Amino acid sequence: MENKANLKEQILTASGVNPLKCMRCGKCSATCPSYDEMEYHPHQFVYMVEKGNIEPLLQSESLYTCLTCFACVERCPRNVQPAKLVEAVRLAVIREQGANHLKPQDIPALLDPDLPQQAIVSAFRKYAK
Amino acid sequence: MQVENKEFKPLIVAFCCNWCSYAGADLAGTNRLNYPADVKIIRVPCSCRVNPMFILRAFQRGADGVIICGCHPGDCHYTTGNYYARRRMTALFSMLDYLGIEKGRTRVEWVSAAEGQRFAETMNSFVSTIISLGENKRLEDLRCKTK
Amino acid sequence: MQRIGVFVCWCGSNIAATVDVQRVAEELKKEPGVVFSADYQYMCSESGQNLIKDAIKEHALTGVVICSCSPRMHENTFRKAAASVGLNPYMVEIANIREQCSWIHKDKATGTEKAIILGRAAIAKVHLNAPLIAGESPVTKRALVIGGGIAGIQTALDIAEAGFEVDIVEKSPTIGGKMAQLDKTFPTLDCSACILTPKMVEAAQQEKIKIYSYSEIDEVKGFVGNFSVKIRRKARYVKEDICTGCGLCTEKCPQKKVPNEFNMGMDNRRAIYIPFAQAVPKVATIDPNYCTMLKTGKCGVCSKICGVKAIDYTQQDEIVEAKYGAIVVATGFNPISPAKFDEFAYSQSPDVVTSLEYERLMNAAGPTNGTLLRPSDGKHPHTIVFVQCVGSRCDGAEKGKPYCSKVCCMYTAKHAMLTREKYPDTDVYVFYIDVRTPGKNFDEFYRRAVEEYNVHYIKGMVGKVVPENGKLKVQAADLLSNEQLHIDADMVVLATAVEPDPSARSLATKLTASMDTNDFFTEAHPKLRPVESPTAGVFLSGMCQGPKDIPETVSQASAAAAKVIGLLVKDKLVGNPCVAHSDELLCNGCSSCEKVCPYGAITYSDKEFRMPDRTTALRRVAAVNPAVCQGCGACTVACPSGAMDLFGFSNNQIMAEVDAICK
Repeated sequence: MENKANLKEQILTASGVNPLKCMRCGKCSATCPSYDEMEYHPHQFVYMVEKGNIEPLLQSESLYTCLTCFACVERCPRNVQPAKLVEAVRLAVIREQGANHLKPQDIPALLDPDLPQQAIVSAFRKYAK
Repeated sequence: MQVENKEFKPLIVAFCCNWCSYAGADLAGTNRLNYPADVKIIRVPCSCRVNPMFILRAFQRGADGVIICGCHPGDCHYTTGNYYARRRMTALFSMLDYLGIEKGRTRVEWVSAAEGQRFAETMNSFVSTIISLGENKRLEDLRCKTK
Repeated sequence: MQRIGVFVCWCGSNIAATVDVQRVAEELKKEPGVVFSADYQYMCSESGQNLIKDAIKEHALTGVVICSCSPRMHENTFRKAAASVGLNPYMVEIANIREQCSWIHKDKATGTEKAIILGRAAIAKVHLNAPLIAGESPVTKRALVIGGGIAGIQTALDIAEAGFEVDIVEKSPTIGGKMAQLDKTFPTLDCSACILTPKMVEAAQQEKIKIYSYSEIDEVKGFVGNFSVKIRRKARYVKEDICTGCGLCTEKCPQKKVPNEFNMGMDNRRAIYIPFAQAVPKVATIDPNYCTMLKTGKCGVCSKICGVKAIDYTQQDEIVEAKYGAIVVATGFNPISPAKFDEFAYSQSPDVVTSLEYERLMNAAGPTNGTLLRPSDGKHPHTIVFVQCVGSRCDGAEKGKPYCSKVCCMYTAKHAMLTREKYPDTDVYVFYIDVRTPGKNFDEFYRRAVEEYNVHYIKGMVGKVVPENGKLKVQAADLLSNEQLHIDADMVVLATAVEPDPSARSLATKLTASMDTNDFFTEAHPKLRPVESPTAGVFLSGMCQGPKDIPETVSQASAAAAKVIGLLVKDKLVGNPCVAHSDELLCNGCSSCEKVCPYGAITYSDKEFRMPDRTTALRRVAAVNPAVCQGCGACTVACPSGAMDLFGFSNNQIMAEVDAICK
């Protein structure tokens, strides 16, 4: 139980997101381009993290089908920033596993100058499983 | 969030205009927003009623900080009072350093009647500034000291 | 030496829970001049007030300190109680130990200590209080209503009904406001124009009401009972008293390409125009931004065609100056532009409309004569998607408005219902976050839309709208079935947030009335004084104070009228005695105070004085007009010789408070 609370705390700290600001309008899920690929949708991420129901999220493929396109962040009327939450859950998975398969020295070869910094960081985490 | 400090209890005088900031302070109370008890409010009709003399007197009598709160620019109940206050205080504050009072010990803030939250936040931040500056010893007139 | 009584209120447990009231009373008893001290559960109650009154009589008190709630709450109560037993009401001071002490501190020792200090400051001040007698000022028995929508019209009608003169100032060429643009009204579905236009006509015919249409407020001076207002009557280039409103000019004007603001720019009007058929006053107006004659000097068709020679191209803005006892603000609202929410493609497709535009498309007097047609190709739409909360309930100014606009749920239900009724072959989707229907017959109305008219209400939000091949691809979330929907819609209707009219901000400055962060006018008390502004003599009516529907607006309008009538029936107003006064012996005639006074209350005159050597000398000294002075105290600080002081907040009194606090 304590671990569960810690995990939620860790995710909220890492993302800087306050899920209590959510008014459950679902615009994040309405705007999500990879909605159909996801088992848990952006609005569910927010709700489940708020309720501390994080275990299913850690197991879910949805973490890696999120494109981190930030459409939900851009359009959320309440500034909840679901994509950052998804990112933080990914980070939690990585921290739990303690392994990092993508070597930092490999990154320069993969770099595209037009790629936004955030996407690089998220890709780093996504393929580091 | 209340600023916690066990050792040093600063003495802070707040001049609040009747129409905006005093009402904002009331709203902070109504909403049960905490700020340190070190702040004591004096009600004045308008921020422009605050004579620089009052501020100097407060420091002389051992106050550690003085804050003047008025309506937002353009919102003064008396149309222009807060502009006078702003100019007077700018002039006064520029001379305080010479008198031996650090800049941070005085402040002018605009708080409207609807901003209880802002009032509490302002007071918390002012109190923590004063705590970090420590006791005001340089101007205090020891003859005024009763304790 | 004053004989002071101290009364400490428990306020039930509000104060007593965090302040040891008995200790406060005991400690304050030790202060010099205090001859009586007591604590009681509710000082503001009748028995509490009797306790004060008895103590004043029994102990011959000359000053009273009450440690209780904010003076903004009960100062008047206690002053009246003191006055009823012969003590000057201005000998009462309040120490605010509830809002500024017990409610913000949790620790009893801290609270008690602070309460004692606040009490000491009040005692120190009372020592220097002097009895004050309030002056009186006359009341101008005429009211000004700013804004001629349903709020302004209703307020003016009610005031006029009571027998007082009222002027309505409306910035557009006709009164009627937003309600004139509406088609039907919820929840009864009666026609908006049918219930509004009789009121507009009544306002025009009522002898006590004068309508200044196409006019704005330039300047407001004075104070409650005695406002002096400059009204700018903008040049309409048509003589209002001669024009018969026949409308011939509006048919013949060659400049046909002017967006018609009454129809939300969805069709065109001429450069000379009458906004709509039932306009009041029914007088033509020339739009100077489009009129060829005014811009180039070549045209003059309207003046040739006008049978009564009402056209006057040389007309200038005219300033009318009038005196009023009370001012009612009824400046109303505008829907925000959804252009900044580019996910809804409002700027990309004409088929994405706001609700007010949809209202015009449904209206028999609208651009399509009441047939619902797509603005892009004039075809019947078969699938319509309504999106609620566009720009409402957002976090931060960047995203939109933080408040609920209150009317959108109901008018969307109305639109959906009317659409299904007129065109049963249409599929209507409403995307909602919450359906908010608090009001008489409101929820029943919404349920009818769902149950009888089969409107598809979907819990969720629309994420994006993409115009493609003449259709609007709508992507939305259905939160209850947990799926993403893709709808090919013909039209998308956005229920945009409402915001106060942009003219309200500058008006508030002119009136010195306060506004909240959303530019809504603030009321004097959110619960108990909802139709008064904190500025005396200024009242609020309708949307300018906050989002509200028509029944609420009309209720508030009548309430504001009742408050105005209550003010205007008085022959004299008792002023505030806490005004500035000048000590002639100290005044050096420098004019500093005159320059800073925002009210022009200070005048200088030459006066004869006896000098120490027994000669007389003429000296220029300041005098304050107490009826005009509002007691801000700007002059007291400006005065270099210390001659100027303020009754009730004198230099010595504030110094005494400072000393008491810094002991």
